[in-house]
Amino acid sequence: MFSLGRVPGVAFVLVALFGLFASTSGNFFTAANVSNILVQSSILLLLALPMTFIIMTEGLDLSAGAVLTLCSVVLAAVTLGTGSLTVAFLAALAIGVAFGLLNGWIIAWPGIPPFVATLGTLGIAQGLCLVITDGQSIVGMPPSLQSVYSGTLAGIPIPIIMAGVAYAVMHGILYHTRLGTYVSALGGNREALRHAGINDRLVLAVIYGIGGLMSGVAALLLTSRISSAHPTAAIGMEFDAIAAVAVGGTQFERGEGWLLGTLLGVIAIGVLRNGLNLLGTSSSVQVICVGLLVIFALFLDGLRSAER
Amino acid sequence: MSTMIETKETAPRFGLSLSSDFTNMLLRLLAVAIICIMLTFATDAFLTTNNLLNVLRQASLVFFMASGLTLVILTGKIDLSIGATVGLCACVAAVVIKTTGSPWIGAAVAVSIGGAVGLANGLMVTQLRIPSFIATYGMLWVAQGVTYYFMGGQSVYGFPAGFRALGSGYFLGIPIPIYLMIIVLLIGSFFINRTTFGQQIYAMGANTTAARLSGIPVNSRLNLVFMLSGAMAGMASLIFLARLNSAEGDVGESLTLPTIAAVVIGGTSLFGGVGSLSGTFIGGLILTLILNGMNLLSLNANWQPFVTGVIVLLAVWLDMKTRSKTDAGN
Repeated sequence: MFSLGRVPGVAFVLVALFGLFASTSGNFFTAANVSNILVQSSILLLLALPMTFIIMTEGLDLSAGAVLTLCSVVLAAVTLGTGSLTVAFLAALAIGVAFGLLNGWIIAWPGIPPFVATLGTLGIAQGLCLVITDGQSIVGMPPSLQSVYSGTLAGIPIPIIMAGVAYAVMHGILYHTRLGTYVSALGGNREALRHAGINDRLVLAVIYGIGGLMSGVAALLLTSRISSAHPTAAIGMEFDAIAAVAVGGTQFERGEGWLLGTLLGVIAIGVLRNGLNLLGTSSSVQVICVGLLVIFALFLDGLRSAER
Repeated sequence: MSTMIETKETAPRFGLSLSSDFTNMLLRLLAVAIICIMLTFATDAFLTTNNLLNVLRQASLVFFMASGLTLVILTGKIDLSIGATVGLCACVAAVVIKTTGSPWIGAAVAVSIGGAVGLANGLMVTQLRIPSFIATYGMLWVAQGVTYYFMGGQSVYGFPAGFRALGSGYFLGIPIPIYLMIIVLLIGSFFINRTTFGQQIYAMGANTTAARLSGIPVNSRLNLVFMLSGAMAGMASLIFLARLNSAEGDVGESLTLPTIAAVVIGGTSLFGGVGSLSGTFIGGLILTLILNGMNLLSLNANWQPFVTGVIVLLAVWLDMKTRSKTDAGN
């Protein structure tokens, strides 16, 4: 899977973006801002890692942003209700896993196409967010929650540590366990996997379940970052996650995935959004730019595969 | 998987399968009747001429957006950008009508922008070979971003009375959108059932390879279908605009799920080759009736995305279940 032929693609994009912003904005290439980009990218990485697995199985999870938002809402509501951050975090993880398994179940067993299955659960999660919060923000979080996002451990920001651990675990799963082999096989050759006696549906359910679990973990960072929960806080974040996976060189139809590419893709999008922010660009223009970046990356991909 | 392909090949609208399409339609009409009876007993506000006309008008708006999408889904592709395209066209048309004072120019611009967005979708799918759910999902966000940027947080409102009649006027006591819907339904059904292009759409959805081998120019047909779907979204945006009498950047945001819901409730298969425009009309009607009922029973509107999501999943699940049964029968 470590085909060197694909390295330059994302790396080139990343270097180009870095050079572009470093030359146009004096505040961009500073230690504080670079660290800022990495911290901001940590939440996106938590969504993009399982999204890589999911896209490798020729799937898609459009509900990731809405489920993350729901987990955040639940986290805040339970924190207010019980006063215990641990209970609240466990509740958020449980909700995330429940939605992940729901996605996996309806995709694996009845065989509903992933984009429409997760569009349905997107509606369900978004509806629950609105119902729980009645469209309002949940505020009044304890200071201990805030220190998760802004705190450091041995000098390294906690969000970066969490994202790093998540990356290491997902990397281990994908490249060093049987489950990882199954993930590759699901996209490349599902029939063969079935003939080998593997319960391919269970594997799918587990993969989407991991996605839900990661949304729960990301909810801790998201809620801590804004010290509150808002019913539309992360709606649409799955777009950035899918974009990062696409920019990172994972194929949508052949089961070929590249986790390091996803990491670079996440940083590329973090750099793009941060740089545009510093230039004072509105978020609507940022979305357009992310879209164009994806189309450009897929276009390059098409050219490169045509050359081979 | 092999059974699925077989149905696709044998399902088109001749002979035996006609009767199963007919039963599917009857089942959906039965669902409409049951919902109506339940709502009649549940609330006095349901069975009034005003409310029923309101439901039909609402259903016609859903139908306009979903009709183009039905064609795309019949080819086995998907267009997730319909809602965002409607929003973009509505906003641009609003500004054009405001500045030029001419609804005609606004209409022309809306339909052309819709068509252009659709063509861009088609080209991404046919030329760059990006899966349609990815390409149109990206387009969703790009179109939404352009809309927000274009509107800059402003809203545009107050259009000429003649234009507003398109969405909120009456003719012989019946809302004008209902007439428009009937016209689109008749022309559209004639188009897909009685023209070569229409039959090619079914053939491509049933089996793309077979369609290509039998000489159908698949790529150019797909581009046209996506373009048609975008242009229909442009038309829908006009009726939307005329009805709302105002446009804001977020107008298309909540339209994606209901539009897809209408098509799948109407029995059009997400795998292509099976379905009809009249099914999509009934699908939109069922969705509108349920949302109208929730409204009349004063259920919190916050539940609407939840309910729509559940209905989409149930509809697709039921549809796949009944289809796998007919497969076994064949």
